[in-house]
Amino acid sequence: MTVPPQAYLVLSAALFTLGTVGVLVRRTALILFMSIELMLNAVNLAFVTLARVHGHLGGQLAVFFVLVVAAVEVVVGLSILVHIFRTRDTLDVDEIDLLRG
Amino acid sequence: MEAWVAPWLVGLPLAGALGNGLAGGRLGKRGTALVACLSVLAAFLLAVQAARGLLPAEVPAVRWVGVEWVAVGDLRVLWTLQLDRLSVLLALVVTGVGFLIHVYSVGYMADDPDYARYFTYLNLFTASMLLLVLAGNLLVLFVGWELVGLCSYLLIGFWFERPAAAAAGRKAFVVNRVGDAAFLLGLCLLFTLLGTLDFREMANLLRDGGTLRGHPGLAVAALLLFCGATGKSAQLPLYSWLPDAMEGPTPVSALIHAATMVTAGVFLVGRLWPVFEAAGQVLHWVVAPVGALTALFAATVAVVQHDLKRVLAYSTISQLGYMFLALGVQAPPAAFFHLTTHAFFKALLFLAAGSVMHALHGQIDLRRLGGVGRAMPLTFLGFVVGALSLSGIPPLAGFWSKEEILGAAYAGSPALWAAAVATAFVTAYYATRATVLAFLGPARDPSAHPHEAPPVMAWPMAVLGGLAVLGGFLGAQWVGAPFHKYLDPVFGGHGEHAADPWTAVMGVAVASAGVAVGAWVHRGGREPHLGALRGVLEGQWGLEALYDRLVVRPGRALARLLAESVDARGIDAAASTLAAAVARAGGAVRTWQTGNVRQYAAGVLAGAVVVFAYWVLR
Repeated sequence: MTVPPQAYLVLSAALFTLGTVGVLVRRTALILFMSIELMLNAVNLAFVTLARVHGHLGGQLAVFFVLVVAAVEVVVGLSILVHIFRTRDTLDVDEIDLLRG
Repeated sequence: MEAWVAPWLVGLPLAGALGNGLAGGRLGKRGTALVACLSVLAAFLLAVQAARGLLPAEVPAVRWVGVEWVAVGDLRVLWTLQLDRLSVLLALVVTGVGFLIHVYSVGYMADDPDYARYFTYLNLFTASMLLLVLAGNLLVLFVGWELVGLCSYLLIGFWFERPAAAAAGRKAFVVNRVGDAAFLLGLCLLFTLLGTLDFREMANLLRDGGTLRGHPGLAVAALLLFCGATGKSAQLPLYSWLPDAMEGPTPVSALIHAATMVTAGVFLVGRLWPVFEAAGQVLHWVVAPVGALTALFAATVAVVQHDLKRVLAYSTISQLGYMFLALGVQAPPAAFFHLTTHAFFKALLFLAAGSVMHALHGQIDLRRLGGVGRAMPLTFLGFVVGALSLSGIPPLAGFWSKEEILGAAYAGSPALWAAAVATAFVTAYYATRATVLAFLGPARDPSAHPHEAPPVMAWPMAVLGGLAVLGGFLGAQWVGAPFHKYLDPVFGGHGEHAADPWTAVMGVAVASAGVAVGAWVHRGGREPHLGALRGVLEGQWGLEALYDRLVVRPGRALARLLAESVDARGIDAAASTLAAAVARAGGAVRTWQTGNVRQYAAGVLAGAVVVFAYWVLR
């Protein structure tokens, strides 16, 4: 028995929604990061699924780029978070609003 | 003679100006003075060489053709310079008198901190004036014409930190603009009619029997060009800038505003003589009356001036009027003869006045001068020679040229002659008045201790004094009138004038009477009251008030209207309203930027949903 591609896509959409809701409702910067990772990987899943469906390597290629960018983003983002925590003693994104107009 | 002389004549003073302008600060005063004087002296020697080269009767005009400048449609203009008897005569006057005044300036400006700038301008002026007189076509002449105007502006406003000097410079520039606009229109019209701006081709086209002779367009062109001449030569109605121009350093007044630049208008008419001759009655009905009227008008105004330099300025306007009168009665050699002698004696008068100023720390008011002749005999002698020459007392230079103009005016019309003779009387009167009030009588300022001019200033005065005494014999009939013989080829034999002994006697009698009356009225430094006449003369026969009402006040009102309504309430208001609107909009929008990351994320999401919905639903 093979799992139909629709199942993968539904899982992908579910994960993406979870990630989106996480970004919107959680206040801790670390959790926000994890939610973003969830969204990225939901997109990755959709990419590989559709690559398989269409028999085209483009989707798999895109996944590599997303992975690399995600890794870089985590490195930079986490170091920023460390600095913010050192100077402001909090990771609540609602309190980190120095750039308001 | 070779044509290469012409570009060198212009180039040498220009090189001096460049040298002093770029490196003047490093040359030191002595170096600056040497560069300035030697470049003009070299140009003078070249001009002498050129004049000698043209002496043999069969030598035609020599032309130097440089690069092409303008080539548009039918208009083709080259940088052409022309050495003929007229241009070389002017070049001799410009470089000769110019050199003497450069030398004089070395002493006069010795204490000025802007020494190098002064000599840069003076050399630039000499180069521009030479370009003007040597030009081979009207457009090159116009370039020189504008350049001398620029130099005049720069030198009138040389002491620009004095408001009066800065204003005088602007006035000279603006008044000249009126004339120059007419000049440019005349130039364009002339090109439309003749299809050329080259002097030689113009003369060929307008030769006897040419189809264009008497063409009404030609008269209009001549009239417009004459308007340009009235601006540059300070004739009615554009005379008013010249008296104010006396704010400049006195050697500048001597060189630019007496001897050379202001005669450019006379030269223009002489250069375009074929045009003016072919233009019908312009000479008779416009040039001659304007000249005669200006001569008489300016002479009468000179009578009541208190500033010695302004007396001389009005005198210059008056003498230039004589020159235009001579041109108007078809006697151009007389005009250029008077131009030459006037350059000698008027430069001498200005240098003597400058010597007085130099000795008395700028004091030039005739009411406060007096008796300075005792302390400065040489300057006194120079001024007396200049004043007598100006008055037309024989055998000084001014006598010969003025008698010739009087004779030509008599042949022209009795009314012109009457005006000229009246002018001669008034001229002799005010010249004597200035001499008596400044140099004779009791000293009115006991704190003043005048001293004689230093040698570097005295020598140029001495040389000019010699020329003001002897220069007239160049045109004397009994030595063969070499001056007129020299100019004969230029004006086609207008040179021989019938010397009328009766007008000469009359002229001398009137001039002597003027001197005698002046000496008697002002004996001992007296100044008659004159009553209402003084007010009329000081108001320049009402012209000052008329200009004030016709030009100055409407101009100010227009400026105020533009400044207060159009500018402040129109242009400025539009700009500041727009700026305020942008600022308000920015203030309203800035509250959207909360700094809250989750709100931004929601915004991004909403946008993404909208875009997605669009793609799905369209």
